[in-house]
Amino acid sequence: MSDLIAAQPGNTGEVLSLDGVTVWLSGRTVLDDVSFSLHQGQLAGLIGSNGAGKTTILRVILGLQSVASGLVNIRPGFRPGKPGGIGYVPQKVVIGKDVPLRARDLVGLGLDGARAGFPFPSRAKRLAADQMLEAVGMTGFANARVGSLSGGELQRVLIAHSLVSKPSLLLLDEPLANLDIASEQDVVALLSRLCREQEIAVLVTAHDVNPLLSVMDRVIYVARGNVASGTTGEVIRQDVLSALYGHHVDVLRVHNRILVVAEAGLEPQSGDTERQFGAQGDSGAPGEAGSTGPDANG
Amino acid sequence: MAEHMLIPGLLALASPYPALSATPLGSSPVQTALLVGGAVAVASAMVGLFTVVRGQSFAGHALGDVGTAGGSVSYLFGLDVLVGFVGIALITAALMDLFGIDREEGRDVATGGVLGSMLGVGALLLYLDSTLPGSSGSAMVILFGSLFSIPGAAVPFAIMLSLLVAGGVGLLFRPLLLDSVNSDLARASGIRRRVVGRMYLLLLALGIALSSLTIGAILSTALLVGPAAAAAVLFRRPLHAFLAAVAVSVLSVWAGIFLSYYSYYWPPYGHGWPVSFFVVAIIFATYLGARGYCQTLGRRTGSIPGPLPTLDRGPL
Repeated sequence: MSDLIAAQPGNTGEVLSLDGVTVWLSGRTVLDDVSFSLHQGQLAGLIGSNGAGKTTILRVILGLQSVASGLVNIRPGFRPGKPGGIGYVPQKVVIGKDVPLRARDLVGLGLDGARAGFPFPSRAKRLAADQMLEAVGMTGFANARVGSLSGGELQRVLIAHSLVSKPSLLLLDEPLANLDIASEQDVVALLSRLCREQEIAVLVTAHDVNPLLSVMDRVIYVARGNVASGTTGEVIRQDVLSALYGHHVDVLRVHNRILVVAEAGLEPQSGDTERQFGAQGDSGAPGEAGSTGPDANG
Repeated sequence: MAEHMLIPGLLALASPYPALSATPLGSSPVQTALLVGGAVAVASAMVGLFTVVRGQSFAGHALGDVGTAGGSVSYLFGLDVLVGFVGIALITAALMDLFGIDREEGRDVATGGVLGSMLGVGALLLYLDSTLPGSSGSAMVILFGSLFSIPGAAVPFAIMLSLLVAGGVGLLFRPLLLDSVNSDLARASGIRRRVVGRMYLLLLALGIALSSLTIGAILSTALLVGPAAAAAVLFRRPLHAFLAAVAVSVLSVWAGIFLSYYSYYWPPYGHGWPVSFFVVAIIFATYLGARGYCQTLGRRTGSIPGPLPTLDRGPL
């Protein structure tokens, strides 16, 4: 896979690069020699099933996970939360209905949340927050409680919160999980637009490659702690993904969608495809029901 | 005028309190109660807003309940009751921290486990207290508080602690708010969560100890989270909710003190009703009122401002 990594030495627009990163967690190799890079204005999908190592990669980039070996290069001056640092939208943010916090306040905390003292209102802060809310199309919700927002609306406010400090890199952990299809497409289009407008690099984790297909400049496919990165055409191929998974997988293109399927019992599991594509992946189901045990209940 | 002269005379016969005068403001125990109660009300409401946002009321309640053990120790050794409340709250907070109160999963187990064992100790100590000569009222004071009998020496201590808590909350406000809303967002903002979490737990322990002094160990959670919960329902901005919580808290305590003072004129005559009853009743009524107000006028103060906004999809 290493020959697929776009090294592009000397490119000044490089925002992030991981070079041979290996991570051990309680004696287990979670990431094994992971390398990829990301440039300004690029939207990349970090694709893989649960437990493949996506979140660990994000934690490494955020500096929350130490590496056993390898290098993480983030454009100099990057510090989480500081202007020009990393914007981060975590997975599954739940905010109570009665929390006294408006969308505008949450975005404002993206500017000064780490500083001591009271959040006294200021014209500059309000302006910056409102500008960012406008950029994510949430102007009408500036005064709404964050706890009252729908999943898609909250996702937009969180994006505004993480972009208001003007970072060069935006990380989103499963932003499309728990969204209905309309909101999913909204968020994807928004990210694609912000990526260009704000001149940032965007890294989005997802378990399904399809919602991101039309907007991804690069895909970083994660399986078993290894990655393959490049354009979708370079990576989502039968030979590349078979090598990544360590066993034969088929890449099917159906109605502009991509299905990555393997034999029963092997990753990517038939359960995933059933959930995503309904009856299509069901052809061999009766035979495998007994052997795959709890996984076959979908 | 004649009535005015008569009533204090009767009260002087019936009341256990020294120097109870015709107007509450002229009485030294009432002045002390207003001063200490006001300071404590400010401090606990400030901490309480974050307790509400963090959803850690149970931890607050546990810290209050274990105060029974601390208060009892104070009586056994002849110390000021606030010393016991503060000491036990700090020890319990440290234990909770050790057992993982900071993790969302297992938080209630950590709290419940510590609470259960400490309450057992509290039961023993309260019993031992009751065997001391002349300590018949100690259990009542520990469990339900007694603002009118705060010893003069405890006043500067209580006020100093209140100022400390208020200052700490003021200093921590923004990082603590972001951490309380979502810990992942706080972490990504470069906030040192362990430091903020421990500082908050320390402030919570002190706040609940102060609250216990005012309305007793058992009821202390009400003063901690009640005003903040009502304020959070009414106000959408963090700073507004914060100020409202402080106002509700102080007014409830002061109103409780005055009502308790005047309750000497109520049956059973000559025995005032406890301050803590009035304080808790007022806070609860305020909370119910706030909820009711928002339900009927939800559009003004509730979640959605004015007409329902539409999602601006922009030039996607």
